[in-house]
Amino acid sequence: MSQTTQNNLMDACCAQCTHCVATPCARYIECRSNGPLCHTDAACTARLEAARRVALHEQAQPIVFFGAGTCGLAGGMSEIIPALHEQLAEKGIEITLKEVGCFGLCHREPMMDVKLPGRPRVCFDAVDVKKAKEIIERYIINDDLPADYSMGYINSADAKTDSPEFKALTNLYDMPLLAKQPRNVLQNCGIIDPNSLPEYVARGGYIALTKALNAGDNGKLVINEVDASGLRGRGGGGFPTARKWSMARAQERKPKYLVCNADEGDPGAFMDRSVLEGDPHRVIEGMMLAALAIGADHGYIYCRAEYPLAIKRLEHSIAVLESIGLLGDNILGSGFSFHMKLKKGAGAFVCGEETALLASIEGKRGMPKVRPPYPVQSGLWGQPTCINNVETFANVPSIVANGGAWFASVGTAKSKGTKVFALTGKIAKGGLVEVPMGMTLREVIFEVGGGILDARPFKAVQIGGPSGGCIPEHLLDTPVDYDNLIQVGAMMGSGGMVVMDDQTCMVDLARFFMEFIRNESCGKCIPCREGTTRMLEILERIVRPYSDEDPTATIQRFKSITALEQLAPVIKDTALCGLGMTAPNPVLATLRYFRDEYEAHVYERKCPAGACRSLLTFTIDAEKCVGCTMCAKNCPANCISGTVKKPHVINNDACLHCGVCLDTCRFGAVVAE
Amino acid sequence: MPDTINLTINDKKVTAKAGQTLLQVCREQGLDIPTLCYLEDLFPSGACRMCVVEVEGARGLVPSCAFPASEGQVVHTHSPRARRARKTIVELLLANHPQECLTCVRSENCGLQSLAHDLGVREIPYEGARREHPIDASSVALVRDPEKCILCGRCVRVCEEIQGVSAIDFTRRGFQTVIEPAFGTSLTDTACVNCGQCILVCPTGALREQSELKEVWDAINDPDKIVLVQVAPAIRATIGEEFGMQPGTLVTGKLAAALRRIGFDKIFDTDVAADLTIMEEGSELVQRLTTGNMPLPMITSCSPGWVKYMEHFYPELIDHLSTAKSPHMMLGTLLKTYYAEKNNINPEKIVVVSIMPCTAKKYEVQRPEMNDSGFQDVDFVLTTRETARLIKLAGIKFENLPDEKFDEAFGTASGAAVIFGATGGVMEAALRTAQFMLTQPDGVATEQVTGEMLSKVNFSAVRGLVGVKEAEVDLNGIKLKVAVANGLTNARTLVEQIVAGTSPYQFIEIMGCPGGCIGGGGGPIPTTTEIRKKRIAAIYTEDENLPLRASHDNPIIKELYATYLGKPLGEKSHHLLHTSYTKRGL
Repeated sequence: MSQTTQNNLMDACCAQCTHCVATPCARYIECRSNGPLCHTDAACTARLEAARRVALHEQAQPIVFFGAGTCGLAGGMSEIIPALHEQLAEKGIEITLKEVGCFGLCHREPMMDVKLPGRPRVCFDAVDVKKAKEIIERYIINDDLPADYSMGYINSADAKTDSPEFKALTNLYDMPLLAKQPRNVLQNCGIIDPNSLPEYVARGGYIALTKALNAGDNGKLVINEVDASGLRGRGGGGFPTARKWSMARAQERKPKYLVCNADEGDPGAFMDRSVLEGDPHRVIEGMMLAALAIGADHGYIYCRAEYPLAIKRLEHSIAVLESIGLLGDNILGSGFSFHMKLKKGAGAFVCGEETALLASIEGKRGMPKVRPPYPVQSGLWGQPTCINNVETFANVPSIVANGGAWFASVGTAKSKGTKVFALTGKIAKGGLVEVPMGMTLREVIFEVGGGILDARPFKAVQIGGPSGGCIPEHLLDTPVDYDNLIQVGAMMGSGGMVVMDDQTCMVDLARFFMEFIRNESCGKCIPCREGTTRMLEILERIVRPYSDEDPTATIQRFKSITALEQLAPVIKDTALCGLGMTAPNPVLATLRYFRDEYEAHVYERKCPAGACRSLLTFTIDAEKCVGCTMCAKNCPANCISGTVKKPHVINNDACLHCGVCLDTCRFGAVVAE
Repeated sequence: MPDTINLTINDKKVTAKAGQTLLQVCREQGLDIPTLCYLEDLFPSGACRMCVVEVEGARGLVPSCAFPASEGQVVHTHSPRARRARKTIVELLLANHPQECLTCVRSENCGLQSLAHDLGVREIPYEGARREHPIDASSVALVRDPEKCILCGRCVRVCEEIQGVSAIDFTRRGFQTVIEPAFGTSLTDTACVNCGQCILVCPTGALREQSELKEVWDAINDPDKIVLVQVAPAIRATIGEEFGMQPGTLVTGKLAAALRRIGFDKIFDTDVAADLTIMEEGSELVQRLTTGNMPLPMITSCSPGWVKYMEHFYPELIDHLSTAKSPHMMLGTLLKTYYAEKNNINPEKIVVVSIMPCTAKKYEVQRPEMNDSGFQDVDFVLTTRETARLIKLAGIKFENLPDEKFDEAFGTASGAAVIFGATGGVMEAALRTAQFMLTQPDGVATEQVTGEMLSKVNFSAVRGLVGVKEAEVDLNGIKLKVAVANGLTNARTLVEQIVAGTSPYQFIEIMGCPGGCIGGGGGPIPTTTEIRKKRIAAIYTEDENLPLRASHDNPIIKELYATYLGKPLGEKSHHLLHTSYTKRGL
């Protein structure tokens, strides 16, 4: 559905433009931003200018933007789009429909923006088919702004100051949610059509590449700017990117490979997916700059197959770039060649670990290898290989274009720039946020994220995925950067932030993450394979209902915290890969700050959060019970008895602790303690 | 980069060579760091974490098998942290291991058992799920018991890296991980060549041979059966290890004595048949060289693992394999024909048992074409390990036995036959006889070895553990280019040359197992490079000490041809001593 391009910015303005794959022009990209450069012709200038305006959405036809990232599609956009097509065909209205990626406001999806010529872009949130049709009808056909459906506007260079939108609505970027987000990585996400190269180029895309190639120093400029920027790996480890690239650059063996790790697997993390879906060219340009810096002429994007939309958009973008000579041999006539392949991961969490990822690209079973040798010395097919994460690459174009100092002006002493987080869990305004390094957790959660869902009390936030840590309320003023998070027992990780309220049980949370890790362990090393299973079993024992069948159960339960504390450090100390070494973290982190909750489970057999139903005792308050029989009918264990219109009774010996009675009772008569 | 590195291990200043791993340095220092997944000569997998040591400044404990020694390192190999880690790992393994040590085939020779003992594991603190997987007994040669598997991956690496077969690999993930053939099929449905190298490297009882001890016992105890046993060349240089003797101890006489006491009716030496194989194979080589009606290079066919490998991976090249049967198959056939006739025995009553260092022989005897005698030519194969068990079962104190001789009918062999047990041995034996045959076209020796010929007996270029060896030999004026490979990955190098049309050789010897039969998958555990070297040395010592050095000089062979077979490649030989191959593919 990308726009019908009668005037594509990437096309030649006239026969004098000779740029093509066979005869690349060094000034091709500059020319699209500011051309024509090789000749003077008013018609060509006008033509390129018009194409640029279209690419910047400053066109003469209304545009409707659909939030067509995975979140928008899952939210219902997949039904809205065909309905609108029908409506437009019926009415015979000519407007441009554009799919855009995720704007980050996942809690407001499905989102639909409308931009009328000369007006700002108005955002409508939580739309459905009916609402969407009404918006078209009222706003586009009748020019009657449905302000009550809108959450605000995004300004546009062509918007006239007397436009009614300016009075009726607020600027989206002035809202607390976005005001605190200096967006770099996400700057185009949700704004541009990710399938449109012109839209990326019109916003400065591939200028950084042009600058780096024009420098004629084989990528030295890139290394220098990235070094000056202080950029650290966004995949979790926080290794200084320039240092990694310098090591790769120093390798003399050829070929060298560049790999983009897009195997984002942490539960609750979707930063990379959104960037790939919403602004794929930013990542590709970042990779090209990296390839130039390290001297690689082949690159792989390893993307999990569970991201079909990201894969589709990447494939499309790669094909487009190849067709105009921005990927391939002798790019822009510089002599620099870069070929890119996409490899789909088959769904193993461990393949996010770099050595396992490389094995997977080679067609082998994705299992980590011992290091040293490090991939930079001996990686893909035994050749020097440099691996970075999606977000790391996405940061690079702006760094090269604007200079490292620009990037380093944001952030803390040792953590520069911004970081994208996926805010999920019990958060009021869940979605993607990009905040400056050093912002406190409190600001991220309560100001950017709008606080806790339903205004319940905050309990903890899990950062860094399953291997990360759980941070309690008294540490909410911890600044978010690599070093501070490690200090409090968490880690930056890739950027998942799962917020929990008082109803979340920390033992249950540890059990959930432990189960995930147990299932995703590759099985190679003993501590991770066997140890995570035993840790999970201990946790399951803690939350298991009382049973008089096993006389040793109580002793085992009483020993459980000690057993966890003995096993965890050994796994941490001895596991083969990063996944294994951090596997005990969910337990260690929750034990560190919520030991009392563990003890309540173990010694008092109580779950303070009320989440572990297996530990609850269900009774019926005879005063409140009206004898409706609903609980008895729904009880899977048939352990509720009573006659109609008389108070019922639960037989606790047979109770399965499923809580169905609690959920079905409409009179609040079921008490769980 | 300096050649030496100075580091501190357990408070002691130590000098190491650049490029050494911590494990290598520690072992040189006499420090015993336990390992489970480590395999010498292969890239470390680092899976078991048993060899972890504490290196000051490192994030966690580091696996010494893979971690390079570096200048100034301070290492603690047995710090409380390292010891606790190792013990915990063993405890974790035991928690998921069938507690069947008393009845396990590997009891007292088990890596896990000895670790548990050495690390003082007295209880298993973890209770919970155990992995449940069925035993795969589909193969006639090997049994896999995945419940006893500790997933160290040594079998996978040997199968892939040393043997180039990859019949098994890790499948599924996490706690469900198991080593099995692709798609969960049975071993018998794979390209497994039954070499048994996986058994040799398995630290536990997860891999073992398909035992035929009971069947052999039953036959011995059956008064109607005449049980004839034959012993392969490699057994005499290896089986002593099963009784605590040093690797390389020759126990030929004790072995014959033991088998006689067990109750076998006749004890024969497969070596005699090895001499026969040389006659047939040597003649075939001469024929191929002179007539050109079969392709060159000719490749030896006495290693059944290698034969099956060719049938699976290079079915289009099976004509390169010599059609000569392996020695014990020749002897099996002759025992049920020639020997039965000569001694007036009903061949139906004969049970032939082969004592072999080889698990692939168990497969070989069951090949449908191996019945030229009118019966299954060889009934049972016992590996070296099974034979040792049999001796113990019979209550025989092996080390106290007197030296006895093999029974006469097939009891005396040449040194050429003895060296069949080592890589390069078949080649050398063939060359000893080929030089003779090229001057005696009828192939039957009429004179004793002359002093002049003895000088050409030793072809040392084809000896030793190098993976691929080549030599150019001058046999009475005829120049022959030959090559020898041991281990199937090495063999593949030579076969790929044939595929590419660049093979310069006329004759190639392949033994499927590293080191040849003395490193066979049926041999004593452990089998390491050092041990292989000692076994090979023993074999060549035996060769040097024998009065006969070349196959064609063996009087038994001369008589066999004179009274029964006629001549090598003659009609009778062709029928009884040669075989055909099957194009199997993958």
